[in-house]
Amino acid sequence: MSFDVASLRRQFPILARSVNGTALHYLDNGASAQTPNAVLDAVRTYETTARANVLRGVHALAEAATEAYENARADVARFLGVADDEVIFTGGCTAAINLVAQSYGSLLKPGDEIVLSVLEHHSNIVPWYQVAQRAGLKLRPLPVTDDGRIDVQALPSVVNDRTRLISVAHVSNVTGAVADVAAIVAAARAVGAKVMLDGAQRAPHGPIDLPALGVDFYAFAGHKAYGPNGIGVLWGRKELLEAMPPFMGGGSMIGSVTFEHITWAPPPRRFEAGTPPIGPAIGLGAACRWMQDLDWTAVGSHEMGLTQRLMDGLADVKSARLIGPQGLQGRLPVVSFVLDNVHPHDTAQILDSFGVAVRAGHHCAQPLMDRFDITGTTRACIAPYNDNSDVDALLAGVREAVRRFA
Amino acid sequence: MSDALYHDRIVALAKSRAGAGRLAAPTASARRDNPLCGDRVTMDVRLDEQGHMTELAHEVRGCALCQASAVALAARAQGRAKSDLDALRREIEAVLNGTADGEGDFAAFAPVRAYRSRHDCVILPFEALKAALNGS
Repeated sequence: MSFDVASLRRQFPILARSVNGTALHYLDNGASAQTPNAVLDAVRTYETTARANVLRGVHALAEAATEAYENARADVARFLGVADDEVIFTGGCTAAINLVAQSYGSLLKPGDEIVLSVLEHHSNIVPWYQVAQRAGLKLRPLPVTDDGRIDVQALPSVVNDRTRLISVAHVSNVTGAVADVAAIVAAARAVGAKVMLDGAQRAPHGPIDLPALGVDFYAFAGHKAYGPNGIGVLWGRKELLEAMPPFMGGGSMIGSVTFEHITWAPPPRRFEAGTPPIGPAIGLGAACRWMQDLDWTAVGSHEMGLTQRLMDGLADVKSARLIGPQGLQGRLPVVSFVLDNVHPHDTAQILDSFGVAVRAGHHCAQPLMDRFDITGTTRACIAPYNDNSDVDALLAGVREAVRRFA
Repeated sequence: MSDALYHDRIVALAKSRAGAGRLAAPTASARRDNPLCGDRVTMDVRLDEQGHMTELAHEVRGCALCQASAVALAARAQGRAKSDLDALRREIEAVLNGTADGEGDFAAFAPVRAYRSRHDCVILPFEALKAALNGS
């Protein structure tokens, strides 16, 4: 099926602007994706017709705000294939992981083990480190293969009967490798452990069938998935969420309050203390609907076609080396590379002069940088609205960076 | 715009690697990391009895701006009193803020002024040398 990228691009107003006198080629989608009119309109509609607090008010605006907020929860639930009341709105993906680390982590005992992989974003390392320090837990790293994948062959030597949770990236924010979730879930189930996936880099690439994945927790960020900033999602199995204590205290998350005794509201409200980010949640709901309406067979084919074009172009640059899978199998369009004798920041700065926005540095994945003995990479992340001109501009910039520095 | 930033003198300074390496027996040494980008600078300095910086060396794992800055700093600091580092630091900051042109190769960093996110790349070698001298 053909995919009309020009039509899709028109839904993103920002793509019409220029940068440094040239067209914008936005390939920093892994850091923050751009936002379509459908999302901007949904937020504007709330802000201009229904701006009020949720859950508490009985007036018309409060009713409309509450309905829009809960409809957004339903949109997210549909996107993940789960029940509405298992979806918790958080401040972001980092906040979602911290919620599990602090709340689920509080149920763990000294000596219990948490398994993380070497390719994790710091947001899936630091919260566990903090809990481990406090509660006497042990963190066990899963190694990474030479092509940037979580090495599931190492699961038997890392997972044991003290393992309580395996928490890994669904898709690496550096290498683009898709985790072998089935192998990880099987290893966890064999010892009665739970599995959490950090879906920050997976969610922007279409609906997710969480029941089929068989995991226990899933987290993702709104701003990487065409939604607003300041919103994220934690999904958890209902029986797990019901057994977990609140992460933060405040309004809306209680059953009853006296100075002697407080009871908690059931999930998801138990984990949404205070006034939530209402407009961003509504925007994220719209983003999930927008993604749900796309033909992901066609979009996926388009994205991976661009990925191949990018990888082929880099293969022609002698000093370029991909960090991650060398082919399209088992990866998404997150592409990291290094250039001999050119620092990633210098590459990114040269690319900026070509109108190309990429991310350069350690990508908050220092253990992975150490694994490959590099200081950082230059990373291009492809979204549905990218086209050949974006990839070609990047390749032209890379050739200029090599010419200038190598 | 990167043409202005990576002009010939900056690229030449970075590529020259003048003063790059480690001293066999430094009086003082310190490493400083930029936690945001992972860049790392180690500065070694040898001081005489009067507190003059008689020899400097730098090891940079960083971008061209950071490398160029380390080269320029080592050249300007050579033979100066360690108390002069503050003045050198103020001078490079003035270049980055646009309030002074800077002397010698410090002037080469004027185009960095427009790139606030890159100022720290230039400053990191100064931080490393300051840490070394404070620890000496």
